[in-house]
Amino acid sequence: MSFVVYATFRAFEGANYYKDHLISPFYSPCLSEACLPEATILGFTPVSAEIFNFALSPALIILIFPLGFRMTCYYYRKSYYRSFWMSPPACAVAEPHKKYTGETRFPLIFQNSHRYFFYAGLVLNVILSYDAIISFKNPEGKWGHMSVGSLVLLVSSTLLWFYSMSCHSCRHTIGGRLKNFSKHPVRYKLWSWVSVLNHSHQRFAWYSLAAVAFADIYVRQVATGAWTNFYFF
Amino acid sequence: MARNIKLRIWRGDSTDGGLKDVVVEANEGEVVLDVIHRVQATQMGDLAVRWNCKAGKCGSCSMEINGKPRLACMTQVASFGEEETITVTPLRAFPVIKDLVTDVSFNYKKAMEVPAYEHPKELAPGQARMQQIDVERSQEFRKCIECFLCQDVCHVVRDHEENKKSFAGPRFFIRIAELDMHPLDMLKNRKKTAQEEHGLGMCNITKCCTEVCPEHIKITDNAIIPMKERVADIKYDPARWLGSKIRRREGL
Repeated sequence: MSFVVYATFRAFEGANYYKDHLISPFYSPCLSEACLPEATILGFTPVSAEIFNFALSPALIILIFPLGFRMTCYYYRKSYYRSFWMSPPACAVAEPHKKYTGETRFPLIFQNSHRYFFYAGLVLNVILSYDAIISFKNPEGKWGHMSVGSLVLLVSSTLLWFYSMSCHSCRHTIGGRLKNFSKHPVRYKLWSWVSVLNHSHQRFAWYSLAAVAFADIYVRQVATGAWTNFYFF
Repeated sequence: MARNIKLRIWRGDSTDGGLKDVVVEANEGEVVLDVIHRVQATQMGDLAVRWNCKAGKCGSCSMEINGKPRLACMTQVASFGEEETITVTPLRAFPVIKDLVTDVSFNYKKAMEVPAYEHPKELAPGQARMQQIDVERSQEFRKCIECFLCQDVCHVVRDHEENKKSFAGPRFFIRIAELDMHPLDMLKNRKKTAQEEHGLGMCNITKCCTEVCPEHIKITDNAIIPMKERVADIKYDPARWLGSKIRRREGL
């Protein structure tokens, strides 16, 4: 809940998301014309800075994808159906609703779109990994330097990969949909590996969420000047 | 060492009933079914309880112990506090016949609604061959002892009697998954019927079935979610649907 409140505040803040090759994961890729030029990927800004005369924070353009990925995630579904919707509040505890239709009708039928958010999430993971690599530059743009910020972005993007690769849709796509494992030995092997990761999907969900939030906090604090990004070398 | 424990047992039938308190002796290492049998032998001669193997393999002694669906023969008395009252009630999702015995015929009706395995026409009986890795996948689902604890705990029918008509329940989702993942099964519309007739979409994957399964079958992760993804392939994924029309790949 505190993450949702913080993420909402940050999504609308529209500032303090970039400093010396560190970009907040909430604002990457920065696709708005309002983005700082150095925060964009090769100056690619296809989205207008304003929509209907309202300033559009660059975070709002992309946060829909990780938000959708987590909202439709099988683990989070279990979690929020139990804790917020109380359907059921706990196992063998009566639920308060008079009627129940599960995920068969609008809007919950859209939970079936999880795979599309998974695909979008993979694209974002590539971009966030690129951001982590870029952070191995010093403020003057020279490669081969490492700061606390580089580590923070590296850990955050790595955990996001683990979260995505342990996803149930990933497990299905990579081999779960097969009827004959024996005819697809490579996909079977990959499925076995993803299945191992899948056991820890819940853990990766929370670790990656915490890591992304911390990465954003770190970049924001550095961008506002509250914290100094310490360089190891 | 023997000690006296407090037991609260639901007594009654389909018309009326209530909880009755008894104090009964329990020996070290005994399970709840043992003390229920002692109550039956010494204090309540007409107490109805269904049981068979006393080894957690027949699935007969399913009941709710302190509100949780469990096998009485696999629940150690020592797992409760010395002063704790152990409350034993019948499975809530099914109609009571007498005391701790419920009518689980709902499950047998649902079992009949799941179409059986369809063997390839070109293979005579005895000619079918399967690789070990294909067998292993469905082997997990074959561990099911049909205790129906998963069916009992599932809130879709536990809290909504009206859903019983359109919802097969976790036990039969693993049966459907087992058949849909079977390399030789030729029946084509299992995914579609799983969603449209057996109520797979009603499941909101809160995993209670997995939590209560005495055989530790990963019902949600290995059967229900994979089936939901397979249903999404044919019903909710336009790209997959288009791909299947162009390449016409069947039975991957």
